Amino acid sequence: MEKRVVLRSPWLPYLLVAPQLAITVIFFFWPAGQALWFAFLRQDAFGLSAEFAGLDNFRDLFNDSAYLASFQVTAVFSLLVAVGGIVLALLLAVMADRVIRGALAYRTLLIWPYAVAPAVAGVLWGFLFAPSIGILSYLMKQMGIDWNWVLNSGQAMTLVVIASIWKQISYNFLFFLAGLQSIPRSLIEAAAIDGARPFRRFWTIVFPLLSPTTFFLLVVNIVYAFFDTFGVIDATTQGGPSGATQILVYKVYEDGVKSADLGGSSAQSAILMLIVITLTVVQFRFVERRVNY
Amino acid sequence: MVERRPLLTVVTHVVMLFGILIVAFPLYITFVASTLTMEQVLEVPMRLLPGDQLWNNYTQVLGAGSTRGSTAPVAPMMFNSMVMALVIAIGKIAISIISAFAIVYFRFPLRHFFFWMIFITLMLPVEVRIIPTFKVVADLGMLDSYAGLTLPLIASATATFLFRQFFMTVPDELLEAARIDGAGPMRFFIDVLLPLSRTSIAALFVIQFIYGWNQYLWPLLITNQESMYTVVIGIKRMIVGGDALTEWHLVMATAMLAMLPPALVVLLMQRWFVKGLVDTEK
Repeated sequence: MEKRVVLRSPWLPYLLVAPQLAITVIFFFWPAGQALWFAFLRQDAFGLSAEFAGLDNFRDLFNDSAYLASFQVTAVFSLLVAVGGIVLALLLAVMADRVIRGALAYRTLLIWPYAVAPAVAGVLWGFLFAPSIGILSYLMKQMGIDWNWVLNSGQAMTLVVIASIWKQISYNFLFFLAGLQSIPRSLIEAAAIDGARPFRRFWTIVFPLLSPTTFFLLVVNIVYAFFDTFGVIDATTQGGPSGATQILVYKVYEDGVKSADLGGSSAQSAILMLIVITLTVVQFRFVERRVNY
Repeated sequence: MVERRPLLTVVTHVVMLFGILIVAFPLYITFVASTLTMEQVLEVPMRLLPGDQLWNNYTQVLGAGSTRGSTAPVAPMMFNSMVMALVIAIGKIAISIISAFAIVYFRFPLRHFFFWMIFITLMLPVEVRIIPTFKVVADLGMLDSYAGLTLPLIASATATFLFRQFFMTVPDELLEAARIDGAGPMRFFIDVLLPLSRTSIAALFVIQFIYGWNQYLWPLLITNQESMYTVVIGIKRMIVGGDALTEWHLVMATAMLAMLPPALVVLLMQRWFVKGLVDTEK
């Protein structure tokens, strides 16, 4: 895609891209380069001097059981958040698509959690589930469940997953609704005339046609669970109990900021960059294909 | 709907109402807690009807803050959040629209190189390069300043893409016509492109305002003085650990205040918000 008619000026285009390039170089390339460089350095205990250490930081990481555990936690967490959020949002979107009266009211009432900061979402759900005073903890205890996410790792994971899904549900919902509304009515009507009942129509027509949206949302939700949920976790479990909810980003923060382990944290950053790049490439390859489907 | 199925219609509405109930429940409890006294919040189970402390709690957090944990008043935090959200939203739109203009409408050496440089920033979220970015900002002396809060978050590949995408759909005839009328590049940009981009700008503004308001990790790192806290950070700092120690009625009042501006932007600008969301991600 190129413009047929173009403007000409020897200096104007450079002036126009300059602000964005300056910020990109100062706040993106410089730090990212430093992160890569630090990943290969080892500092002494006082942080006074650093020497080149090759791949030692990476080797240490993959021998560190806490780091491997954090990988596993991240995988479980992001899968739960992505799949849970997508299933719930799909159900609501399919229902909202059927509604004729009050559709806008329903949409309005479902989209506002998008505006809530992840950290605030964490605070709200942390309060609802607060072990001794939370209203939901009270209900759980009435049902005979001993609820205390401060001590129980499974319950801590449940809490951060619920808060993360809740915050993301409006996003998924809007994309599914847009996807559903772009399915031609004639297809559904033809199937109805052939005698397919609503449930069958959903599985044989609607769901396959939604698969591009679903796949796109899967990638976006995984990226969300990897990075944006930092606030949810810091406001509730802070990675605990004993690392049960310590996702990779949280560990980078803990090791880099709290423990001041520059080399180890930078090596983790480098691995995270690799993961983001993979996910972004997957997403873009897919977007290109979607245009032609 | 293709055919009448009264039973299914009933099921539909029941599911929708149930969904809305789940989505709204935390908000309702937050609101109720923000209108109670501390003793009432600590009662188990907490009452489910609003109390009479609404005015007291909100004026206390806005003017004085909580008495435990961070004791900073929330009104200046709201101001900081507003500055941060507005500067990020407007700054992003401004630098993205001019760079997209240059990349689409001019032919110059390094054009593709610049485009790829901007593109790559998509792959480097703040969370990935926390410590080195912090160092850069510290070296530049921008800790605890509005510049430090906003500048590192202002470069945006998505906004540049959106404008690039949009400029591609603008008919070439408009540029030819402008040129025949004797308009220079900037005249064409201001009088033709900017007015045409109004919807895209509004849509981006909603998305980026929310993005800026809700930032957490970045302000957490670079603000040490309470006077520079944003409201999202302020809430976190009021929680002192231990259920019964935290002044939950004040935390919840602050949470309501923190949710209000972005929620209003989403609800009042709903049309642009939906468009912005679906467009920016494509």
